[in-house]
Amino acid sequence: MSASFGFNSADLIRFLPETILTVMGTLMMVLDPILHRRSSNAFGHMSIMALIAAIGGAVYAYTEAGPAFGGMLMVDGFATFFRVLVLVVGILTILPSYRFLARQDAETSEYHALLLFSIAGQCLMAAANDLIMVFIGLEISSISSYVLAGYFRDDKRSNEAALKYFLLGSFATAFFLYGVALIYGSTGSVNLTAARAVILGQGPGGAAPAPVFIGVAAALMFVGLGFKVSAAPFQMWAPDVYQGAPTPVTAFLSAGPKAAAFAVFLRIFMTAFEPIGSGWEPLVWCSALASMIIGNFAALLQTNIKRMLAYSSIAHAGYVLVALAARSQVGTAAAMFYLAAYALMNIGAFAVVSHLSGRGERYQNIEDFSGLAQKQPLTAAMLSIFLLSLIGVPLTGGFFGKFYIFKAALESHLVWLTVLGLLTSAVAAYYYLRILVMMYMREPCEAVENAEPLSPGLRAALILPALGTLLLGIFPGWVLAFAEKSAALVK
Amino acid sequence: MNLPTLILALPLAGFLIALLVPRSSPQGSRIWAIAISLATFAASLALPMLFDRSGVPSGPGEQFTLDVPWIATPNIHYHVAADGVGLWLVLLSTFLTPICVLISWRSVQNRVKEFYAFLLLLEFGLVGVFLAQDLFLFYVFWEVSLVPMYFLIGIWGHERRIYAAVKFFLFTMTGSVLMLAAIIYLYNRTQTFSYPAIVEMIWNGRLTFAPGEQMLLFLAFFAAFAIKVPIFPLHTWLPDAHVEAPTAGSVMLASVMLKMGTYGILHFCLPLFPSAARACAPWIVVLAIVGIIYGALVAMVQPNMKKLVAYSSVSHLGFVVLGIFTFTQIGMDGAVYQMLNHGISTGALFVFVGLLYERRHSLEISDYGGVATAAPWLATAFLVTTLASIGLPMLNNFVGEFLVLQGAAIANFKWAIYAAIGVILSACYMLWMYQRVFYGEAKEEVRRRVADLNLREWAVVIPLIAMMVWMGVYSQTFLPPVSRTTARVLEQTQVNVPFQVRVERPSRMPAEAANVR
Repeated sequence: MSASFGFNSADLIRFLPETILTVMGTLMMVLDPILHRRSSNAFGHMSIMALIAAIGGAVYAYTEAGPAFGGMLMVDGFATFFRVLVLVVGILTILPSYRFLARQDAETSEYHALLLFSIAGQCLMAAANDLIMVFIGLEISSISSYVLAGYFRDDKRSNEAALKYFLLGSFATAFFLYGVALIYGSTGSVNLTAARAVILGQGPGGAAPAPVFIGVAAALMFVGLGFKVSAAPFQMWAPDVYQGAPTPVTAFLSAGPKAAAFAVFLRIFMTAFEPIGSGWEPLVWCSALASMIIGNFAALLQTNIKRMLAYSSIAHAGYVLVALAARSQVGTAAAMFYLAAYALMNIGAFAVVSHLSGRGERYQNIEDFSGLAQKQPLTAAMLSIFLLSLIGVPLTGGFFGKFYIFKAALESHLVWLTVLGLLTSAVAAYYYLRILVMMYMREPCEAVENAEPLSPGLRAALILPALGTLLLGIFPGWVLAFAEKSAALVK
Repeated sequence: MNLPTLILALPLAGFLIALLVPRSSPQGSRIWAIAISLATFAASLALPMLFDRSGVPSGPGEQFTLDVPWIATPNIHYHVAADGVGLWLVLLSTFLTPICVLISWRSVQNRVKEFYAFLLLLEFGLVGVFLAQDLFLFYVFWEVSLVPMYFLIGIWGHERRIYAAVKFFLFTMTGSVLMLAAIIYLYNRTQTFSYPAIVEMIWNGRLTFAPGEQMLLFLAFFAAFAIKVPIFPLHTWLPDAHVEAPTAGSVMLASVMLKMGTYGILHFCLPLFPSAARACAPWIVVLAIVGIIYGALVAMVQPNMKKLVAYSSVSHLGFVVLGIFTFTQIGMDGAVYQMLNHGISTGALFVFVGLLYERRHSLEISDYGGVATAAPWLATAFLVTTLASIGLPMLNNFVGEFLVLQGAAIANFKWAIYAAIGVILSACYMLWMYQRVFYGEAKEEVRRRVADLNLREWAVVIPLIAMMVWMGVYSQTFLPPVSRTTARVLEQTQVNVPFQVRVERPSRMPAEAANVR
């Protein structure tokens, strides 16, 4: 690699979002003793400002698009798309957290600082063009998430969630790292662009490395990333972790790290491993189908809403994998669009769950939504939008996402995967409808009678993603155009 | 302004504004709903008036076209237009919506605001289905109409409403995802969602499918429509949904939503996949005839009035499907006419059953008897509707059934014979029900509770009966635009059909005779 490690101002601009988040996160840790007051809103405000600034930074970085730090980062449309996505996810996580943390009487500074660090890691993952960078981003993001999952120290389930998440996550990272090592060993580079050249036989050595190494490396990385996106058969951890973690954290886990992991997934598999695509396509095919089937069928049996949404998120990971299996630029764009739509609808749905959960998160069952429409029609209406979007009813983002994904799959002649995938999504309608049934067709229950009125933060956390979901459903053109423009990863 | 767009915009605006009406004023919601639905009906009346009925059109035949791009990639357009069939179905939807508002005036007392909002959203979806000329747009409306109906059944229905609502949603959803896959497949082949453009391509031979490919696509579309119609083995959601739905829901479901299926078959399955449609026709006809007879037999033994009417729908819709798959001009005309007839007369039956339920709070036939003495006008109106439903000449169903049977006789005489059994059976079960409910000794409970029609109810009943008579006496008002569209569909089904010897009935007779000898 001919990279000079001296860096210039353009490099710094391209690194702006991560810088802002890290500085603010550190600042909050320093300020904690000074501002110390339990459940203070100040940290929440600070992190929202930091995230908005980081969005500005990400957009500004895009005006200076290009590689940074000797090709370790690649700030392109793809990176910017995912950076903005995870930052928005961050904002939407914090908005419902105000009331949630106050209700549980929890510390706020660490919570917000960890969240910012985690998001910084995800921004890094989105832009990384180098396996070491990917790994660093993955670790920053994961370690903060492990702590966040166990944020309620005294809660047994929260502890279980953190431990499980940590152990399985570490395994996954190890698998991933093993794959990185194999790539480095066989191609002599950790840079994705350089590795791709070598795999194609255009590297400095000339000859392509033995395909078995590359194949094994791809498989190992698939295992590692499969864990991170909770794709079958690596989905075991998701239900327990989602159930045990504090609800806003669950919302975050289901959207932010997943989107970033998929960004990495797409970038690695569509650049370095793209030449051996016909080799990994069956792998992705099977995993996608298994995720859709396991996720959707297991969700039918759940009574706890967080577990149900966990299984649903497994199924949704399956849909995105369908887009990856399409192995085309259209597929990549479809995956990007879907992840955006999914993040909005899922995080919105979780916001309602955290709103209703009550002190100590007592109310987590599907029955606890009974009669919500009569007591809080706005909340119920917003949740209906999210659920209809998760089902995939037209005029919502979820529908267009699915539509683009299966369109890409059909273009790549994945007819059976499409038909089976769509049929499982019809099965999925059943468990989402159960919540609608509860909300609209039953009499109010205890949880709903006790529910607090919507706080302004929560109101924003519901209305913004709902508007976003409808916007993506009715006028998807501009997001899709950007996604298609930036989906060409091979430069 | 483009007429179809206006007809779509009114209920949509009505829905959005209905959401803003304060919850504390249910009367406000009702008045708003009746006003906006009447306005929509008035606007849609312009459709048949302005529809150009002269001659055979040179172009694609749709009128009032508006085609503007909606989403750039994939190339999705907001493309609406009315053809000779869609036109009447739109009118049917807008005609029945104010009626549904009126019959729900007193019977819906809780969550009134949401009820009327959903009813208007439903109207928007239904009208959209019949106007959309872009496959994607069609799918959007198809699904959009599903959601309000789900809520109408689930919130305002009877005891087992939740089961019925979920079953209804899941059945329809399963069919429609298959259709979605087929729509995407078509798009990938043609790079367009425009229905006229695809039809044109097939007509020109620029788009051809391999036989297996065509068959799968046909079946994917057909599955969605067959569930909606419903065609015989897929009908199980229908009795549940009809029985559990509130009256307005039953009316819209029976009168309009079922027509989405038959309209889809006529509008999409036949012109897009002609050879597959012809290849499957014998099987589908068998299912249709089984549906006609099975529906009628099951209707006969129902103790519950709503269930009886629901099964009679299965039977009547069998006629529609039979008419379409005769591949004759007369049969198809009859099928379309029968769609409209069924919309009016079965809608009216559900209205009357709803009126009885409001009074006596029971749907069981055995709880009634002697209603004619207590409420003579109600009985008379019901009698007219019953006679219309069993196909008495001068009333609407007769025309449709006659044409369908004639078409069936042309295609295959045996089909007509079997289907005619259904007509006879329908007279049995309807008249038997009428006798048990309206004649005999008036029970104490009935005499005390069942009052005659009031002014609001007259306003519901008179338009329905007027339509039955009009459609029965002067079908010329309705049929010419229909024939033009069906003629085009028929012409389209002649395309790329592999050459086969189609022995006409008369020429085969001597041969058979020879065999006998």
